[in-house]
Amino acid sequence: MNISSGLFLLVGSFLCVSGGVGVLRFPDFYTRMHAVGVTDTLATAMILIGLMLQMPEGIVVLKLIVILLMTLFISPTASHALANAAMNNNLKPKLNMNEDSKGQTSSNP
Amino acid sequence: MKDLLAAIMLSGIYGLLSASFFVAMDAVDVAFTEASVGAGISTLLMLAAITITGHSEDPVRHKPVLAAIVVFITGGMLIYGTLDMPYFGTAQAPVHLHVVPRYITESMQEIGVPNIVTSVLASYRAFDTLGEVVVIFTAGMGVLALLSMVHGPMEKAEFESINDSMHEKYLILRIVTKILIPFILIYALYVQFHGDYGPGGGFQAGVIFAAAIILYAMLFGMRTARRVVNQALVRLIAAFGVLFYGSVGVVSLLNGKNFLDYSALSADPVAGQHLGILLIELGVGFTVASVMVIIFFNFEGRRKKSNTTETKV
Repeated sequence: MNISSGLFLLVGSFLCVSGGVGVLRFPDFYTRMHAVGVTDTLATAMILIGLMLQMPEGIVVLKLIVILLMTLFISPTASHALANAAMNNNLKPKLNMNEDSKGQTSSNP
Repeated sequence: MKDLLAAIMLSGIYGLLSASFFVAMDAVDVAFTEASVGAGISTLLMLAAITITGHSEDPVRHKPVLAAIVVFITGGMLIYGTLDMPYFGTAQAPVHLHVVPRYITESMQEIGVPNIVTSVLASYRAFDTLGEVVVIFTAGMGVLALLSMVHGPMEKAEFESINDSMHEKYLILRIVTKILIPFILIYALYVQFHGDYGPGGGFQAGVIFAAAIILYAMLFGMRTARRVVNQALVRLIAAFGVLFYGSVGVVSLLNGKNFLDYSALSADPVAGQHLGILLIELGVGFTVASVMVIIFFNFEGRRKKSNTTETKV
């Protein structure tokens, strides 16, 4: 039980960190948002499952499940709202990846 | 920081961070308040404010040297003052010797509420809390006095917000919001009535309740929200909450005890305390929720108005 819970927590934290790295390294607004939006949902779910395994009692697990459901709804919706707002304000995604190579820092979105 | 939007976001992040260090110091109630008020609703209200004022700061003409000197002197004096303070966490500190031992050892017999913070806030220090509620009420009245306007016939000609509830542009947001709002409201009620046993209480519950209504207003347009939330009723509730709180105190006064001494509310003093705390938390929740709604609606109404006059000119 403890080992599996620790495994879940580790995977969750790894995903969080990789999302953070993605925000720093990716070239433009949409890819950065993608990095966080995708990893965050899964990472939160993983951490919450790990916590559930830490304390398998009725009320705690129930509360954590409610939080899990909430994040499953809210996190993708927030990403969608961000991307939608950026699109409405005519922020174009950077499509031509070959021309600006890694040395060039991207302009701030 | 020239960009006000970024400044507001930073202050929101600061609120969330300070909430987490309150948790680290075991002050869960304070952390809850900070997260809901500091990071949540005040960020939202400031965002509503900059939609009226514009996104960037005016260029500063004078050099802020004098201000910096004042800040440094005050900060230095404050730090000098901390040298006199007792060591962090010592048992000999005056805070820990004055009334705290009584709160910790006897509140369970006197009040019977497991969350000591609630019993201090709502019973031992009920008069202070009444003051806080009056402050919030006054803030709401101030916003009403400054920003509200007479809704003349011009309101009818207000340009149409996208009222079709299944409009393509907001489809996902609106559906998810519709799913979430009942849960947010239920959570607010849980926080309201669970304040005796866990972290929570009227202030946090009121803010969460108001946040649900504000979320609805942001996504479905002000006109729809106005139809759902009757403004006159909200104002009435704001006044009613304060009045309710005060009248609980008057009832105990009439029964021959001190103002806001809830032992008078029931034959059994502990049950009376419990009842009193529940009632005044309800009053707090009413006032906080409706004042937040009043502030938001008036900010937003102001913006609509200025937009329409601009388009007319």
